[in-house]
Amino acid sequence: MNLFVATLLSPLLGGLLLALVNNPRLAARINVGTGITTFTFSLLLVIQVLDVKSVDAMSGWFHLDAYNVFLLALTTFVGMTTSIFSAPYMRHELASGHVDLPRLRLYHSMFQLFQFGMLLGFSTNNIGVLWVSLELATLATVLLVSLYRTPASIAAAWKYFILCGMGIALALFGTVLVFFTSSAVLGHGNEALNWTALYANAARLDPAVMSIAFCFLMVGYGTKVGLVPMHAWLPDAHGEGPTPVSAVLSGLLLNLALYALVRCKMLVDGSTGTDMAGHIMMGFGLLSLFVAAFSLHKQRDIKRMFSFSSIEHMGLMTFAFGIGSSLASFAALLHMTVHSLVKSGIFFTVGHAAQAMGTQKMAEIRGLIRHHPGIGWGLLMGTVAIAGFPPFGVFTSEFLLFAAALEVYPWTAVPLLLGLLIAMAGLFRFVQPMVYGEVASQAVPVHVNMLPVYVHFAMALVLGLAIPDFLADWYTQAAALIVAGGGGG
Amino acid sequence: MSDTLVPQLVDGLAALMLLTSFALLAQHRLLSVLNWFAAQGFLLATTAAVVAYGTNNHELYISALMALLLKGLLLPWLLWRVIRQLHVHREVEPLMNRTMTMLIALALTLFSFHIIQPIEKISHLMTRDSMAIAMACVLLGMLMMITRRKAITQVIGFLAVENSLFFAAIGSTNGMPLVVEIGIAFDVLIAALIFGLFFFQIRDTFDSLEVDAMHAHLIHKDDDE
Amino acid sequence: MRSALVQFFQAGMLLLLAPLLAGFVATCRARLQNRRGAGVMQPWRNLRKLFSKEVVMASHASWIFRTAPYVVFTATVMAASVVPAMLVDTPLSLIADVIALVALLALSRFFQALAGMDIGTAFGGMGASREMTFAALGEPAMLMSIFVISLSAHSTNLTSMINHTLNSPFALHPSLAFALVAMLLVALAENGRIPIDNPTTHLELTMIHEAMILEYSGRHLALMEWAAMVKLLLFSTLIVDLFMPWGMAVNTDAISLVQAFGLWLLKVAGLMIALALAETGMAKLRLFDVPEYLSGAFVIAFLGLLSFYMLEVGA
Repeated sequence: MNLFVATLLSPLLGGLLLALVNNPRLAARINVGTGITTFTFSLLLVIQVLDVKSVDAMSGWFHLDAYNVFLLALTTFVGMTTSIFSAPYMRHELASGHVDLPRLRLYHSMFQLFQFGMLLGFSTNNIGVLWVSLELATLATVLLVSLYRTPASIAAAWKYFILCGMGIALALFGTVLVFFTSSAVLGHGNEALNWTALYANAARLDPAVMSIAFCFLMVGYGTKVGLVPMHAWLPDAHGEGPTPVSAVLSGLLLNLALYALVRCKMLVDGSTGTDMAGHIMMGFGLLSLFVAAFSLHKQRDIKRMFSFSSIEHMGLMTFAFGIGSSLASFAALLHMTVHSLVKSGIFFTVGHAAQAMGTQKMAEIRGLIRHHPGIGWGLLMGTVAIAGFPPFGVFTSEFLLFAAALEVYPWTAVPLLLGLLIAMAGLFRFVQPMVYGEVASQAVPVHVNMLPVYVHFAMALVLGLAIPDFLADWYTQAAALIVAGGGGG
Repeated sequence: MSDTLVPQLVDGLAALMLLTSFALLAQHRLLSVLNWFAAQGFLLATTAAVVAYGTNNHELYISALMALLLKGLLLPWLLWRVIRQLHVHREVEPLMNRTMTMLIALALTLFSFHIIQPIEKISHLMTRDSMAIAMACVLLGMLMMITRRKAITQVIGFLAVENSLFFAAIGSTNGMPLVVEIGIAFDVLIAALIFGLFFFQIRDTFDSLEVDAMHAHLIHKDDDE
Repeated sequence: MRSALVQFFQAGMLLLLAPLLAGFVATCRARLQNRRGAGVMQPWRNLRKLFSKEVVMASHASWIFRTAPYVVFTATVMAASVVPAMLVDTPLSLIADVIALVALLALSRFFQALAGMDIGTAFGGMGASREMTFAALGEPAMLMSIFVISLSAHSTNLTSMINHTLNSPFALHPSLAFALVAMLLVALAENGRIPIDNPTTHLELTMIHEAMILEYSGRHLALMEWAAMVKLLLFSTLIVDLFMPWGMAVNTDAISLVQAFGLWLLKVAGLMIALALAETGMAKLRLFDVPEYLSGAFVIAFLGLLSFYMLEVGA
């Protein structure tokens, strides 16, 4: 399992190293290097795990199965492309005086630390450690959100910190409750917090305690997922932080929280034997979809608008996982992948667009295609993709989700469709004037690297046209795991 | 003797824990809030030590020591230094009338008692009763975070919530596994350090530690609020 | 028969010892403040002086003003006489119900407030309104704290509550600790001691009890003051009864009675020393903070109730 250790260690060591490097050019290179190394390791790891279905590492402390190894690979991939994107982006920020050298060092170091927290959370076999690593990833990003030290960014970071702190505290209480009942069954030790052991004994856990625990876990991790009504931190944190941070928050951190939530749901289902947890998740999902879709229409700031779109999509995924059929889980996993790819791609583009126009206000961003065709077409393409138009993967996953919803809860199709349409209208209403038309007067030329963006979109396109066999296999395996309540582990 | 005395002691400590949570909510002065917070830290350490003695679980002595050092001494001392350095105004102005807050707090306590009731019936752990109180303390800490204006009291509320969670883990499950316990303590420590950083950033940027001043900067951006 | 005698003795003792006790507190305070003090007998001397003076009354004082001192005194003494001090089971134990006690005290308070308003001076009305405001907050706290104890004893009768405490094995009861704290807080307020009211000053901005009896003189004033002293002793006996009844006599043989009497004196004296210490150490609260103080007492009593249900039921 050396590959696994290497995957985990590389961001940690990279982060420590970056804490010492002052030279911005060198730091950016190390950052990219670390990202590439981590991704390579995780890719090799994936190949290894897919051969043997599931692997326990380091005497049972870590457990990899189809479900989390896929998210692990996604995380390292987006982490890598974000580090590639961030090199020219942060150079521009440094040149324009938004950040100084010590803060840039902090940024690089925290970025890798965040990555480490994410990987730890996905791979650990222990609910307690999952909680710790989610908190670690949150703390790392708090400092990143306030990186610019503007009043609004500090206020946003504070809000993020306090709200997520509250949420995560509730999740810990839920975890304590789980341990409370599981230690009666599995004995007083680490065993009682292990996913594998818990799943194997899910039926013996007390259903009453598990139901209460799930309510706490739902609200707790739901806060981190950004579900309405606990979403207030999300638009601020996304809007005020540096763009690479918005990209990883939206594309990765939300995934980890949702992953934790789904793991808990699997456990609770195994214990209670009812659909209670699924129904709660469906409720939160639908509510988030609607509130976010309407809120989209009222935004002025481009990053805030796309962060509401993230809430909308997280709502969709929560809803899909809530349905709980294997088709729905398949759709949700696919949606998680394409959303991560497309949304981080969009944030990259938005970051460059905001730099080119010198503002994040949508009313002042005009004529992107004429000013810089790469950015303009990128933004348009991303919006088309995220809104769920046919050739892209989002369409496929949403279509599958519809099919799943129609199969199990037919009446939900109407609100789903309505919510999606409202959101789509909101997106295009703002994006169209931004990409077409005359160039705004304050526009400046920027040096951009659109490669990561196009790679992301291309992958989303491939996933939409034809899911490769090995990927489809992989999703099916993971979906089967989720439906079976992790019984395979 | 010890088989009846230890549960009684834990019950007593649970009651004191509830009292400190109410006291935190009721205080006017920042420094007395801090004193009660430190007292809560000592209470936690004592509880952990008592439970460790009662269950012969030696890992818990380490938890007790960590609680004593971190929650009883280090965090209050850090906060005290921050208060001194920032010359924070001594009075704490709550957003809500204090009697109202107290009534809500009582209602929350009743509510958590009601929620936890089905659990207590099935549990056979030595210290099962403290779960309801721990949950009440969690909710009271959150109430404190909501009803206070100053960033620093919000943080004390946050840390009080952490304390209650620690108490929940100790009091009702005889402590989480040590690895998790250490991880949580580490996170709390980092959180406290970040909070400390934030106090200075906030003060330098807004000239005040009032949260309202801060949110004004977000509200004008946010048309949906 | 013998227990009836003890009952009379108890009541008499309460009546006679009350001024001594007030003198004792004053002396303790004086010593704590490095003064010599006027001595333990001073309240008795004051009472004697007042009884020998003539009564001066406002010309438009009504019968309420004239009868109020007697009503107040009788109600207080009646309440005091039924509280067991040495012997647990007395002939009057059937009416020694805590709720009845609170009602008797409320009656005396009611007449005091009426008398305060009867003359129509500004101070009397002010004192009466303050007294009633604080009573409205203090009485629920007191009842709540009594309920905590009566919950475990399944009775509000003092005798059966004491019996319950005496017969149950020693154990830590967080709920009782809460109830005790709340009771002490309320007792301070009810007796008009620092930090709520200061019985030794006539400071117009803050006085409560003194404002109500400002117009009294002669034997009327003596009765009012005596009633206040009896009330202090009544409360301390009540606290002793409810929270530390150990050593009280359950039968009427002479040894246990003497022992019980001595212990009672000791416990009450202990409480009074604590009171003196507290009064020396604390500053008087602002008037507007008093409702907060009393609602704090209520919250503490309520916490006692909650922790009884959470921690002690079925434990």
